Amino acid sequence: MTNVLIVAEQSNGSLKKSSLNAVGAGQLLAARTGGQLHVALLGQGVGGAPAQLAALGVTVHVAEHAALAHGLAEAAAPVVAALARAVGAGYVGGAATSGGKDLLPRAAALLEAAMATEVLAFAGDGAQVLFRRPMWAGNVVADVELATAVKVFTIRPTEFAPAAPAAAPGEVKAVAASVDAAGLKTRFVSFEEVKSTRPELTEARVVVSGGRGTKGDFKPIEALADVLGAAVGASRAAVDAGWVPNDWQVGQTGKVVAPELYVAAGISGAIQHLAGMKGSKVIVAVNKDPEAPVFAVADYGLVGDLFKVLPELTEKVKAGK
Amino acid sequence: MALKILVTAKRVEDPESKIRVKPDGSGIVTDGVNYKLNPFDEIAIEEALRLKEAHGGEVVVVSIGGDKSQTEIRAALAMGADRGILLRHEGPLDPVVVSALLAKLVEQEKPDLVLLGKQSIDDDQNQAGQYLAARLGQAQGTFASKHESLESEAEQKRQPGLKLAADGQRLTVVREVDGGVETLDLALPAVVTVDLRLNKPRFASLPGIMKAKKKELKDVPAASLGVDLTPRVLVRRLAEPPKRQGGLKVADVEELYKKLHEGAKVL
Ligand SMILES: Cc1cc2nc3c(=O)[nH]c(=O)nc-3n(C[C@H](O)[C@H](O)[C@H](O)COP(=O)(O)OP(=O)(O)OC[C@H]3O[C@@H](n4cnc5c(N)ncnc54)[C@H](O)[C@@H]3O)c2cc1C
Repeated sequence: MTNVLIVAEQSNGSLKKSSLNAVGAGQLLAARTGGQLHVALLGQGVGGAPAQLAALGVTVHVAEHAALAHGLAEAAAPVVAALARAVGAGYVGGAATSGGKDLLPRAAALLEAAMATEVLAFAGDGAQVLFRRPMWAGNVVADVELATAVKVFTIRPTEFAPAAPAAAPGEVKAVAASVDAAGLKTRFVSFEEVKSTRPELTEARVVVSGGRGTKGDFKPIEALADVLGAAVGASRAAVDAGWVPNDWQVGQTGKVVAPELYVAAGISGAIQHLAGMKGSKVIVAVNKDPEAPVFAVADYGLVGDLFKVLPELTEKVKAGK
Repeated sequence: MALKILVTAKRVEDPESKIRVKPDGSGIVTDGVNYKLNPFDEIAIEEALRLKEAHGGEVVVVSIGGDKSQTEIRAALAMGADRGILLRHEGPLDPVVVSALLAKLVEQEKPDLVLLGKQSIDDDQNQAGQYLAARLGQAQGTFASKHESLESEAEQKRQPGLKLAADGQRLTVVREVDGGVETLDLALPAVVTVDLRLNKPRFASLPGIMKAKKKELKDVPAASLGVDLTPRVLVRRLAEPPKRQGGLKVADVEELYKKLHEGAKVL
């Protein structure tokens, strides 16, 4: 039972990018255990996503059912558990998205499996896999053994390379999803999407974030982001105040980002914020307070007023184009 | 229509504390570390109290841990919870064991709703609520939040973010998810895990603290519940993550741009 099952995610018929990283992690794991890699895709109207997955050379199991349309964990977990048993999976994983974090622990319980969340790497030797994961807001990295027959995990997408297209596409199989739709105790009501023309926070090459220091005025943050084609992020303080959508929060309890360039403006650099951006290639901090802890992790720190510094930088970038 | 709510109160390292790993990697240095109620559980307790204030009912607090976890139960009782249960267990805990213990307690207490923090800030696992909902075969609403900000009027008025239907049989949960906000409707009994934006927890008042001392706190050995307490998540080694080499300051925007453009080549 050392096969690997990765649960992929799609939205409106296209594969989520984080699923490519999850499949990449699955490939690493299958190579370690000598097992086969299977991928599950659940939903209703999954469009081109199965073909996108098959192009990676993996066997894709597609479960389509009206009750799976909104990704309700109550409906999806039994389908994932049944599939895991059917393919003899010893490892079941996915990306640490909000969907993965909602669904996989519920599936793990059905499989009597222990689970590791936000895995950064597979440690240990050969088939003896230890899951390397952050604890205490990333202050600590732990190697964890899961002492159950089936082991479940979510991976942090920024830590695993995406799976590459294969020479020969894999097989796509339809799975009869047995869902007791009438018996479901959860009902989907609505989804309000945060619409944005900017790149997705976790996928952007550049992220510009603002904190309490903006005093609620994100215009200089957004202006710089727009000339850079960047995503906009925020600290918890800015989100809690209702200045910007929840979806923008970077940190221990928000998004984890690892762009080429991260600009933190008016953010003090609390450990919980750093947990979400420490993996960035280059960090720039703009803060009035020369003692702000964010400067300790910044490659380039500029002590100053963000309302002066950011517009100047925006003009520089424009002029440099 | 009254709601009986079971809510969790885990004892964790204070998020303000500096966490260091022991040289042999076997654990963290606990000297000089303060302990407190898991911040997410604190929000769960606040929400439970608001629901009780709005609809009537009872709020029962449970903590799984050693003797010292009584402090966190008392903290919740001081905020206004009605009674506490300590499931006494020394040694490591993981979501498999915790959810099995909570499921047993739910069988005994039969709450309409179990409220938990979405994660505890020590393990950062984010699993126990989902495991529990699966064990109980109940609906789950993870990462509960609300539309109104924490500076809004609704928050000033301490309105619950979780909305109970008029018939008292269903609960509407607004969830923080990737890319937006989702609303689910759960049949009760159900399990809900809370996110940071659900509410701002109250401080315990002095009379609240005095009253808490007299409230019931039941001490139950976890081993008496007939649950296999063998840990399934075994932490083999801890390490501190590699430190970032930061700290360089630039004088002005001119220099910053030059460094980013010509040096790091990210602009
Ligand atoms: C359980 C838990 C989870 C958490 N999760 C997260 C998380 O995921 N993400 C997160 O971000 N936080 C998180 N936090 C909160 C975190 O601890 C901090 O409170 C938060 O990050 C602070 O936000 P901030 O830096 O914007 O605000 P502050 O700490 O108030 O910092 C504001 C900064 O702006 C600077 N400033 C003010 N005016 C200007 C100006 N005009 N120009 C330049 N600089 C200026 C100030 O010098 C200051 O350094 C969490 C906390 C807890 C307890």
